[in-house]
Amino acid sequence: MTCTAKYIFSEDLLHYHFHKDHPFDQKRVLLTTELLQYAGLLNDSDIVPPRKATDEEIKLFHDHAYVEAVKRASKQSLPEQEAVEFGLGTEDTPIFPDMHHASAFLVGGTLTAVDEVLSGRAKHVSNLGGGLHHGFKRKASGFCIYNDGAIAIRYIREKYNLRVLYVDTDAHHGDGVQWAFYDDPNVCTFSIHETGRYLFPGTGNVNERGIKKGHGYSFNLPVDAFTEDESFLCVFTTALKEIAAFFKPDIIVSQNGADAHCYDPLSHLCCTMTIYETIPQLTHQLAHQYCNGKWIALGGGGYDMWRVAPRAWAQVWNVMHLGLPASGPLPEKWISKWKEKSPVALPTHWEDDPSIVPYIPRKEEISEKNDISLRQLLKYTTLNTPADK
Amino acid sequence: MLVEEIMKTEVITLPPTATIKQALFLLNKHKIRHIPIINEHHQVIGIVSDRDVRDASPSIFETDDSNPAELEHEIQTIMSHPVVTIHPLDFVEEIARIFYDKEIACLPVVREKNRLVGIVTEKDMLYTMIQLTGTHVQSSHIEIKVPDRPGILPAVTAIFGKRRTNIVSVLVYPYKGDADYKVLVIRIQTMNPLPVIQDLREAGYALLYPNNTVGLNQ
Repeated sequence: MTCTAKYIFSEDLLHYHFHKDHPFDQKRVLLTTELLQYAGLLNDSDIVPPRKATDEEIKLFHDHAYVEAVKRASKQSLPEQEAVEFGLGTEDTPIFPDMHHASAFLVGGTLTAVDEVLSGRAKHVSNLGGGLHHGFKRKASGFCIYNDGAIAIRYIREKYNLRVLYVDTDAHHGDGVQWAFYDDPNVCTFSIHETGRYLFPGTGNVNERGIKKGHGYSFNLPVDAFTEDESFLCVFTTALKEIAAFFKPDIIVSQNGADAHCYDPLSHLCCTMTIYETIPQLTHQLAHQYCNGKWIALGGGGYDMWRVAPRAWAQVWNVMHLGLPASGPLPEKWISKWKEKSPVALPTHWEDDPSIVPYIPRKEEISEKNDISLRQLLKYTTLNTPADK
Repeated sequence: MLVEEIMKTEVITLPPTATIKQALFLLNKHKIRHIPIINEHHQVIGIVSDRDVRDASPSIFETDDSNPAELEHEIQTIMSHPVVTIHPLDFVEEIARIFYDKEIACLPVVREKNRLVGIVTEKDMLYTMIQLTGTHVQSSHIEIKVPDRPGILPAVTAIFGKRRTNIVSVLVYPYKGDADYKVLVIRIQTMNPLPVIQDLREAGYALLYPNNTVGLNQ
């Protein structure tokens, strides 16, 4: 099945850069784009350049004072004390020149994606430079300055009044987006992530279900450290199908962080490319089932920038565009172009060899715990159908 | 931390001559579980819990009387006294001990001559515990097994300081099974604990789950 899909990209997405030792590196977006181009899976006609978000658009979610602070930080004119108040100038979100400009393009990319879908020009659009889910109303955190996902959802609500399902598969809890819509019954957030017991940001407990009218519209599925493909996919697919059937969204916004992979240095999950083939396929299927195809996919985390993020994100596009993930060898041209730059051996195939996963002695226990979390998660959904196997 | 920092100062109270019915009404209206009973000088002379009031109310199985006489009894006939009270300058840690030892869930805070100035409940106490653990703010969490000897804490925290990593909270637990060791639980305000973890490893500290697994993240 071929769908009309668009891919947001231009050099403007690459300037969000803290410093050379920072784990968040937008070169991932370039690596992904070239991987697809060299594989013959992305044409110039598929690409739409991002626009720069206006201040007004950014302020759909963020405070005026915060946006002004980011602008002053961009010109190195924000005093340290004030900066810390806004979460700027920390180890996680250091100040860099023109940071407002660079961040506004990531937001603009996501808004361009929304416009492409809601004008009917495309069914699915990806902005893999977006998905900065830790950004708060008046605070930067966890490598995120502006929360493009939250801004885009506000934009969809105000401009098009659609009910939005936000699906976050980053290994870290999608806290910024969750808190933004915690009391809103028209935005349903679902985040699967490594339990916050050890991992940043620490929230995302299954009991966080929303407040006031939004109660019952926040879903959190924390999975244990060292969770592997089988258990991850089992609980994820059951949960997402049930949540989509319960909420019946008009549009899906997915955050496709690629840091649940066993190579990722920042999380303790033990998955492989298998989950990054399956996640977009399920999202794609549900977008057609409930939303007449309307699906916006964002990037996010993913700190093995050579071996994991490019392949994982390229598969999001492959599924959007062709309905199926790619398989077999990666293009030789991509490998030879980048192998000198990469400190680790580049992968040769789209799929991972299962032997890359270390032996996990507590596998049974971990799967059992994840199943219990799944059951708790779905305890209050009105549907009570047996889990699809 | 002092009691005055966590106590509630707006307290729902009743005089001893109030009826059980009034107490029942207040418990339901304010969704509370305890009412201090005070005299005309605002001195605490007793306390009633929702359970005291329920025990003194007619059974729900006897429904024929819509306004039974029991509910008109004075509250002082069922209140508990004397009352265990605390002072605003008491330590929160100490009152946790009182809750545990006395198996009660509410402590009126009094000053001179038993004058009521506030109240602390078990729920306030739990909320404070959450603040003390630091789980209410964004953080990563690292557990380290260390020998139980003087100077170990500054040695470990210096590693975090060197990386300019802000510490949200530090807890020290006994290490199960070996009294010569302690577990340090440190919450840090960063999404990238890797540099600190590496420094700790290089300094020879034993990291606990999930940072003790070899073979990951290679």
